[in-house]
Parts: sequence; C-alpha cells; structure tokens
Amino acid sequence: MDKQVQNIIICNTCDIPLALGKVTLAYLGNEFPVELYKCPQCGLVYIPEELAKGKMDQVEKALEDK
Amino acid sequence: MEQKVLKEREQQCVQEQPPGCTAACPVHVDVRGMVAAIQKEDYKAGVQLLYKMVPFPRIISRICDQPCQQACKRQEIDESIAVNELEKSCVDNSNELILNITPMPPKDKTIAIIGAGLSGLTAAVELGKKGYHVVIFEAKKLVGGSIRNIPEHQLPRQNIADDFAILKRIPLEINLHVIVNNHKDARTSLDHISATFDAVYLATGCIETNPHDWGLALDVGGGIAIHPVTLATSVPNIFAGGSLYLGPDHKSPITSISHGKIAANSIDRFLQNASLTASREKEGAFTSLLYTNIAGVEPQRRVRSADPNKGYTTEEAVKEAKRCLLCECLECVKVCEYLAHFHAYPKRYVREVYNNSSIVMGVHHANKMINACNLCGLCEQVCPGNLNMGEICQEARRIMVKKGKMPPRVHDFALRDMQFSTSEKFAFSRHQPGFASSSTVFFPGCQLSASSPEHVKSMYQFLCKKITDGVGLMLGCCGVPADWAGQENLFKETSKAIEDNWRKLGSPRVITGCPTCYSVFKREWPSMDVESIWTVLDKIGLPDQGEEPLAPLKLVVHDACTTRHEAALQQSIRKILHTLGHQVEELENSNEFTECCGYGGLMLFANKEIAHKMIKKRSQQSENDFLTYCAMCRDNFASQGKQSYHLLDLIFPTRQQDVAGKKGPGYSERQENRARLKRTLQKEVWGELADKEQCNVTLIISENVRQTLEELMILDSDIIAVISQAEHTGNKFKNMENNSYIASFKPASVTYWVEYSPQEDGFLVHNAYSHRLEIKGS
Repeated sequence: MDKQVQNIIICNTCDIPLALGKVTLAYLGNEFPVELYKCPQCGLVYIPEELAKGKMDQVEKALEDK
Repeated sequence: MEQKVLKEREQQCVQEQPPGCTAACPVHVDVRGMVAAIQKEDYKAGVQLLYKMVPFPRIISRICDQPCQQACKRQEIDESIAVNELEKSCVDNSNELILNITPMPPKDKTIAIIGAGLSGLTAAVELGKKGYHVVIFEAKKLVGGSIRNIPEHQLPRQNIADDFAILKRIPLEINLHVIVNNHKDARTSLDHISATFDAVYLATGCIETNPHDWGLALDVGGGIAIHPVTLATSVPNIFAGGSLYLGPDHKSPITSISHGKIAANSIDRFLQNASLTASREKEGAFTSLLYTNIAGVEPQRRVRSADPNKGYTTEEAVKEAKRCLLCECLECVKVCEYLAHFHAYPKRYVREVYNNSSIVMGVHHANKMINACNLCGLCEQVCPGNLNMGEICQEARRIMVKKGKMPPRVHDFALRDMQFSTSEKFAFSRHQPGFASSSTVFFPGCQLSASSPEHVKSMYQFLCKKITDGVGLMLGCCGVPADWAGQENLFKETSKAIEDNWRKLGSPRVITGCPTCYSVFKREWPSMDVESIWTVLDKIGLPDQGEEPLAPLKLVVHDACTTRHEAALQQSIRKILHTLGHQVEELENSNEFTECCGYGGLMLFANKEIAHKMIKKRSQQSENDFLTYCAMCRDNFASQGKQSYHLLDLIFPTRQQDVAGKKGPGYSERQENRARLKRTLQKEVWGELADKEQCNVTLIISENVRQTLEELMILDSDIIAVISQAEHTGNKFKNMENNSYIASFKPASVTYWVEYSPQEDGFLVHNAYSHRLEIKGS
C-alpha cells in the first residue's frame, strides 16, 4: 500500500509524489502525532480509504466511548 | 438517575425473583437449578444445590413435606413437579456427596442446643461452622429425634448415618441421655443452662412436656411464646423452634431445618449485639413476585415411577425434570430483539445504565446499549412491573448529551437530516391560497414528504377540497430525532419554531400525516387540537378512487409503535382498509402490542445490526404484504425485501408497478424530495417564485457507488461540496493509475473524501469515504 501511494498518488498543485511526514490528528480534545503521506511541498495530507475505514475508525470509536 | 430511583426501577423487573418453588421452600433450595441439572443428567451438580441449603440432603430427599409443590407454576396447568422424587434421584445417582466445610476461627462463646432432632442438629451445624463452641443435650440414646420413628423403607438408616457423618467434621460436644427442663425432676435445668451458656436453642420436638415447665412466658394458646421471625422467647438468650413450635399437627421436616437455620442466625446476631429483626423478610417461606407466562404450555402428567418403592429411574427423572418450566419472566426480552441482543434483561440493564453514567474516567461500555433502544415502549406493555427501558435509555441519552459524552457519530447524520428539514430548504408555512386564515393546518411531516412527496401534494389538495374554511400547510420536522437523541435544547428550539408558526397561522386545528408527529404534537401541546389524518379521513370520507380502483388485497396491518396507545387511530386504519375493499389480517403483536420497524429512537442509525434483526423478525410474522401508515415503517420493511404498502399508496393509487416492493428513496433523494415538494407546492399552489436549485454540479453515480454512499450516509451534497472545493482551490491529489482525482472537505464535523473524474457532462464519482479525526496540520 505504502509503495502504491508513493508511486501513484501525486499532489495536483505541486505535481510531485507524496512522502511520509509528521501530521497531528485530533478528536474530542485528544491530539496525536502520526506519520502520514503528504505533499512535501504544500503539506496537503492524504488519507487513504483503508486508513479511514480501519485504524482511524477504531480510534474514533474508542475515544467516543471514553 | 439517583440511587433511590435505580432501586425502584430494578425492583420493577422481576426476572431475578426466585421461582415460586424456591420462595415457598423455607430454606430456599434452588429447585430450578437442580431440575435443570437433572435435565442434563448432571446429578452431582443437582445434589450440590440441595446440599448448599440443607445439611442433611440424604434424609430430606426421603422425607421432605414439599411446601414447594403448592407454589409450582406447573400446578396451574396440570400437576406440580415431583421435586422430592427428583431430589431422591439426585442423591441416589451421585456417588460423591461431599460438603466443603471451612470452619471459621473458634469463638469464645458457647451455645447449648437442647434436642438433637433435625432442627437442633441444623442449628448445631450452622453455629459450629461459624466457630461457636456448641454443646448438644439429647434425652435419647441417639441423635436424630423423631426421624428415628420413620420406617426403614421410607428412610433408610444408611441415609441417616451418611448424613450425620457431618457431625463428626464439626467440633460439636454431644451429650446423650440428658433430659433438660425446668421441672423439679430434671437432672439439668434450662435456667441453669441459660445462665451457664451464652445462648440456647430449645428444639425438643413434640415431647409431652407441660409448656409451663420451661419457665418461659406463654402465648395466648398456652404454648411457649416464640417470635415468628426471630424464634426468640421471653428470655433474651433462649430461642426455640422446630416441632416444639410447629406442634404435632403441623410437623414439617423442612420447616424444622429452616428453624434451625433461623435460630442459628438469631443467636449469631444476638451474640454480636446486632439487630434481631433487621432485613429478615426473605428468611423462611415467602411469596415470589416472579411472573412466568404459561400461555401455550401443553399439559403433561407427572411421571409415575414404574417401581414406586425404588423411585425414578434416570430416564424417568430426566423426563419429569423436563416437565419443569424452569420459571423465569423475560416477557420483554422475548418480544424485543434489542433487549435480547445484549444477553441480559432490564434489571441488569438498568444497573449498567446507572454505572455508565457514573463513570468519570474509563470506557463507557453501556453507550452502545443505551443508544440502540428504539424507545418503542413494548417492554412496558408486556412487563408485569411496567418497566420501560425506553424511558431509561432516553434519560441516559439526555445526560450523556449534557455531559458532552454522547458519541458524535451515533446521531449526527439524523440530526443533520433533521436540520435540513427545519431549514428554509423544506420548512414552509402558509394559509391556503385565497384565505386570510386557516381553520385547519396540514402537517405532513418530513419523512412522508421524503418518501411520498406526490401523496403529500394529493392529500393537501384533497383536504382543501373537503374542508372549506381554509386549510393551511406547514412543512417541517416535528423534532423527534432531537428528542430521541437526547438533544433537549435542539428539541425545544424545534418545538418553539413549530409553535410560533402555528400561532402565526392563528392556532388552527392540526392534521398530521405522520403518526410520530401526531404523538409528539399531542404530548408537547396538550391544548392543541391535533388529529391524525387517518381519523380525519375516517370521518370526512376518502378521495374518489377513480374508474380503476385497486384490486382487493390481502394485507396485514403493522401498527406504528408511536400509536401504541391510540386505539381510535388504529381503528380508523382498519375501517379505511375495509372501505377500500381490502382484506385485513392481524399480526399476533398488533395494536398496543405492536413492534417497532427498527427506526424508532434512531435505532437504525445507532445500531443497524439490531434494527435489521427487528425488521427481519417482524417481516417473518406473516407471509402477506404489510400495510403500514408510517413512511419509515414502509421504507424500512421494503428495504429488507418485505412487500409493504403505505396506506396512502392505496388511497392515491398510481399506475406504478410493484408499489409494495419498491425500495424507498436513499438519503440524498429524501432531502431532494422534500426540497422539491416545497418548490413544487410554492409554484403550483401558491404561484410563488420558488428558490431555484442552486447546485450546478452534476454527479454521475453508479448503482454500486450509490450503495456505498447510502451505507456510509454520505449525501450527494457532501460530494458536491468536496468536488466544488477541490475544483475551486486545486487542492486535490491525482491518482496516476486511473487519472482520477482524490480530494477532501470538512463542512462541519466529518471530513469527506471523494475519488472522481471530470466528464463532459459532470463528475463521475468512483468512491467516497469519511472520517471524524481532524487533520490539524503538520
């Protein structure tokens, strides 16, 4: 998957491939630093479907029941 | 919920009450548990349950007088369960019968037991286990008392010997051939024993002694005055019970054993200076409040043993055990998929709800359960204690919202959908054209307008024709999603807007098109003259069916759960169907016992799995097509393949094929339908210039993608917002593999992602997904 993102997804504005970089995700008053693919130039963050429906969904649900 | 309220509610649920047999047994043997063990041929487990309550199981299994029989539910159908025979089977079929005794550290108090019958020996065992120094005085040469008079074939001496082996495992001092009383001939006087020992249990049985001789106060009948609950006598450290108390005509081995236990408890309390009387209601026999439904239970005679002298064979025991109803209530759980889903019953659920709201730090495990309830009220209807889980869940939701602990995802979509309906996009309020006032206003509701906008239009026109003094129209939402979600403020706000609009129209009579709106209006504005469209139609007559009326149908009525207590409304539905010439059949659970379609309480949003179970269960109750009168009921059943009509489909028949099988509109289409209904009516009825559709983005969505969008509750408007933003700013990714774009947008709390390709005539949507975690930046 990771390689796929690097190879096939590019930032439309900057026209360059994405690279892993630090991103902060936040939900219900909680913040966590994570590494996600984003444009190395403009910083636009890409969230793939698997991440949104998988890990992110789990984290959301866990935080909602806290 | 306060502790006191919690307790009250817990008490409303009788599921944890013991079965009648156990309550009627003075020592509360778990008969149900024992019989269930026999059903599984686990005699060892059965006998252990007997041993837990009775120190002499081999004896009692032969001679119990079985007060449990009188309370056996089976008696109301045929004959009570042969409990004592089954106890005998347990004893006879268990090789090992060992009671684990862990004596407590020795105490420095000594207790005298006068009389070594079942009662005295039970008290001795109980007190000995507690570590008291127990001294038994028995007049005869053997312990056992009157059981020694029972013939061998009824009570084998080996059973006595085996049971009394326990007396050697507890440090007891047994003095035989000692006659105690206060008579001058007595070798040992009660006064002396009472003065020497810390406490005394007098259990001499039915010996022929003049009660005067004990020197204790007497009751009006001339017997020793004994407190019925504590077994205390007039002398504070002397307690008395067993046959001495029961008398020769009321002898009962199991009550004697019970007295031994009660006396031991009283002596323990007395020696610890504790209250003798507090919390003793459940000692001895009592009446259970457990309810068990016996409807439909087939009569079945008690199993007779082939050889009465030997008792049941194992086959006979199992057969008799299987007659037992294993009494329990679960009336609500039986009718509700939601209550069954969480594998318990309201008493437990109430406690879980209470605990959930008390958590400060940690996981709120009951959130899922609280939010899944459809608030339909069927539990209250079938509950012998009238406990309503819906009220409890709704209250818990309000608290969660107030505390900011309501998981946002649960109701977010439904509330946004409601806000759409209360916004300018749908909300609308007018007098009938040509009228300066309204005698009546029609409030079709948001879901009927979404599912069947054409019926709303037809019905409004029909009402205008029939009611001649001005029929206004109010489009909007009654606010029930906010109410169901526990959003009190939003609900109040919505109610206020409705009330304001209604007053502006001159506070006319209200006719609702949706049964839920009707229930909300009735509850919120008791003084409002509100009527359901169905009772109105029943009175004013139906629209002309035209030249080609529908062929008669065979239908079963599914009553909407919000009309549970609206008998007149439900009656109108049947009358209308009759007038239309259709054949009506009733579901087993209809009218006040109707079941929810899975939409109530926003169940469909909170827990799709349970909602689908509900729909499936209800759908299977009849093979005939359903007739509903709530748009959500209709669409929910149709969504899972159940042929269903809305009553308006029959009142305003169209040439459309397969009306009953047609799936309802999706979420996006529902909003479009509402908006279009408003625009159409504005233009066609009022001749007003309606706001134009503002969207100039055309989406091309395949069936597969449409299904994904429905499942994820992503609206076309969300997708348009993402694409518009991406196309406007250029902030998007390019997928080099298929030359599509991927972009995201966060209009409020949810971030939507769309993969799309621009086409000549619009945007082809390949995929969409969403998340709630917010990307804060790098």
